[in-house]
Amino acid sequence: MMTAVRVAQVLLTAFFFGLTFEGIGRKVTARIQKRYGPPWYQNFIDVLKTLTKHGWTHGWIFDFGVLMALGGVIATLSFVPLGKLVAFPGLDNFFVIVYLFTVGALGMAMGMVGTGNPWASIGVARALTLMLGYEVPYLIVITSLLYFYKTSNISTIITAQGDGWNLFKFPIGALVAFISLQGMLGKEPFEAPIAPAEIASGPMVELSAKYMGLLMLMNTFMEFVEISLFVDFFLGGGTYFVFLLKYLIVWILAVMISAVLPRFRIEQAVAFYWTVPILLAFLQAFIVVLNQH
Amino acid sequence: MSKIDERSVWEKIADQLRSRSMWMLHYCTGCGAVELPPSMTSRFDMERLGMGPMATPRQADIFLITGYLSAKTLRRVIYTYEKMADPKYVIGFGSCTINGGIYYDSYSTINRLDYYIPVDLYIAGCMPRPEAILNAFNQLMEMIRKGEANGWKRYKENYEWYKQNQLRSLGEVIVHDEFHE
Repeated sequence: MMTAVRVAQVLLTAFFFGLTFEGIGRKVTARIQKRYGPPWYQNFIDVLKTLTKHGWTHGWIFDFGVLMALGGVIATLSFVPLGKLVAFPGLDNFFVIVYLFTVGALGMAMGMVGTGNPWASIGVARALTLMLGYEVPYLIVITSLLYFYKTSNISTIITAQGDGWNLFKFPIGALVAFISLQGMLGKEPFEAPIAPAEIASGPMVELSAKYMGLLMLMNTFMEFVEISLFVDFFLGGGTYFVFLLKYLIVWILAVMISAVLPRFRIEQAVAFYWTVPILLAFLQAFIVVLNQH
Repeated sequence: MSKIDERSVWEKIADQLRSRSMWMLHYCTGCGAVELPPSMTSRFDMERLGMGPMATPRQADIFLITGYLSAKTLRRVIYTYEKMADPKYVIGFGSCTINGGIYYDSYSTINRLDYYIPVDLYIAGCMPRPEAILNAFNQLMEMIRKGEANGWKRYKENYEWYKQNQLRSLGEVIVHDEFHE
């Protein structure tokens, strides 16, 4: 019973604060471009509006893919500790989260390819290629952290940061993780999978009405998982509101960087990830191993 | 009050949401497209109203016909309009969409847009300034809230009539090119 309440708390937090922070992000982008920007609750209106429209399905593969994407991400999210708020205590393991995370990503890939639109296939192919780029440096950094703490339980790593955040203990690793985070969020300069002006918003090209709304929610939850992991691993988690404050700062930083940068082509993005961040990640892993002996 | 104007309570709530989040299709014909960048960027900033460009017809709510329409473009416009999800709204920019404007006697352009697809709102001018465009967007939001922007229902109700007009001007609506066959 308590578990259900905690899961609901995590999901509602991701829904309300995820959409609110996205709205604040749009406002920040607008201010950088010297515009006034939409109200902070604009994303709530957008999602609810898409649910009121009359759209089309593109076959059962598409329906199933959309549900699998949203369901997979919701399942992932309920295992992510939001600072001290842990829905499944003891099960908030990094490998559980990584394993479940692929369900959402593959559901999205399957559903969007199921639309039959070539832009969607190009978008999905680019998203998976980009994943190859950012996952390698990210995993090197995170596994060296897991090696350092001798555990893959995220709550334990949060508690172990009581005497100082990993951001200061492993500054190089934090930098690499942040660069990878920018790719995971699909923000510029790693925006090639979406690229509205180039491949007509890629995977989302055939989404109408409620499908668009569900995928927007899925995107919000995905961002919530990714940034929460960064805050847990490097900024020491914290109590509920401290966690949300740290989350907001990381999110605004990512938005501000994306607002002033152009877009890498997909092969440039992967080439970038496999040169600078991967070397920095190896350097961080080397330092961790040296310190242990 | 005719049948077409009737709305349930849910539709009224939905219309409030729809009027505050209008995604426009980023597809422009004719010369009016040049008035949209200033409407979008820092001078007039249409994102204040919850509006923004969307990449595909499936995602879009409003369709802007920004100027003259050649017969060749009209086929694509009809395709695009029919691909959009209901409810959808059309705005005709400038005198070209009202009566043909300076192209009134051209052999290759159409003169009256609402013979072919239902238009919810016209903006007069050649071309309308961004002030007029923003004013029109506000007007359209007001119309959606009042339930007056019913073009998408009219298109369903009078489909035969619209199809007849389309066929009379175009011969056939089907597009023959490498993207459609």
